[in-house]
Amino acid sequence: MNITGLCEVIFGVENVADCHQFVTDYGLEPVGNGRFEALDGTAVVILDVNDPSLPAAMETGTKLRKTVYSVADQATLEAIRAELSRDREVTVLADGSLQSIDDMGFVLGFKLFERQPIDLPAEIVNAPGNSPSRGLNAIGTSLVHSPKPRTLSHIVYFVPDHAVFEKFYIERLGFVVTDRFIGAGPFMRPAGSIDHHALFCIQTPPFMKGIEHFTFHMAGPSDVVFGGTNMVNKGYESFWGPGRHIFGSNWFWYFKSPMGCNMEFDADMDLHDDTWTAREAPLIADNSQSFLLQYREKWSPGGPPPGEAHD
Amino acid sequence: MTERLLLGREEDIPEGSARGFDPHLSGRNTLFVVRRNGQLFAYRDLCPHYETTTLPWRKHAYLNARADRIVCSAHGAEFDIASGLCVQGACEGRHLARLSLICVDGLMFVDNPPRS
Repeated sequence: MNITGLCEVIFGVENVADCHQFVTDYGLEPVGNGRFEALDGTAVVILDVNDPSLPAAMETGTKLRKTVYSVADQATLEAIRAELSRDREVTVLADGSLQSIDDMGFVLGFKLFERQPIDLPAEIVNAPGNSPSRGLNAIGTSLVHSPKPRTLSHIVYFVPDHAVFEKFYIERLGFVVTDRFIGAGPFMRPAGSIDHHALFCIQTPPFMKGIEHFTFHMAGPSDVVFGGTNMVNKGYESFWGPGRHIFGSNWFWYFKSPMGCNMEFDADMDLHDDTWTAREAPLIADNSQSFLLQYREKWSPGGPPPGEAHD
Repeated sequence: MTERLLLGREEDIPEGSARGFDPHLSGRNTLFVVRRNGQLFAYRDLCPHYETTTLPWRKHAYLNARADRIVCSAHGAEFDIASGLCVQGACEGRHLARLSLICVDGLMFVDNPPRS
């Protein structure tokens, strides 16, 4: 099935103003009606908890209401509708998109959606032996920079049964497993995307079911760190990072959010096709981070300048 | 020996609000005080889910929109303010670590505050 990736993540919250400020400070563009877009038009949508357009809330209290995937053509929409209608309700919404649920109870949407083309360079580095470089007199960084998220990358759920979860996405929606944390869950990409993962899950007790985090792709590692630093400077609190994951190779920096989940900055994820063989590893810190950097507010020694008397 | 540190004035914590403190200047808040129905409660700023995570998404943002529960914004766990019990979400059934808060002449002191 030609599902091409994530295109919307939708929340229902009580603290709407806090959430809107948070995702704006993250770098997304407010376009109205609770919608905040990346450069290619993929988005997070944050509505009031009682908004009538929202599907019912999950029993665990997670603020996530719906995960929407983009499809490339009407034939794919028809195929999804036919497949899921065999054993569950599939609703056709006013905009022509489909709404249904997965086997864990997460509400899913599928819509015809074409990402707006982005014609921007990635982060370019100078390295001996490599060509092309950034170029003569082209400056690599600055003191102030507000990087823009480029596209919605992936979502991660807590689920009570990773095997049942995985089976649904593979057998019913044509997802492909790229790597796996043993006993925890698979990294999966839809067949129409080459990104290492659009979806990952971590197995937990049922009362934890919900969203763990979601993230947008940035231009490169510098923009991950710039975006995160801007958040820290505004008083937001880091959860994990900055660092670089091993499975997927993506750079990361996670922040706690008023949506009651983590929101990540991510960049430079591996790309795969069907020739890739999935790897497996236990879910421990050593298998999750190639390295982890920590910001240090004060790095120089204290005390008076050289030559002055110490007390 | 008990280490008793001054946090501030009781009036610094209005009804339905919370405030984080970093009494050992570790670089981040290590405890917080919340007022509910006139009573003050102090807890360690550490979610019992991972036990390595502070709770708020922004400094001092420890409460939900209705200010009737403490929230960990990493995974949305919600805690009863008076008991510290997680009543919904990631660490259901577990407790925040309560700290001994002493109020004298309008001042708040905490005994043996955590260092990290």
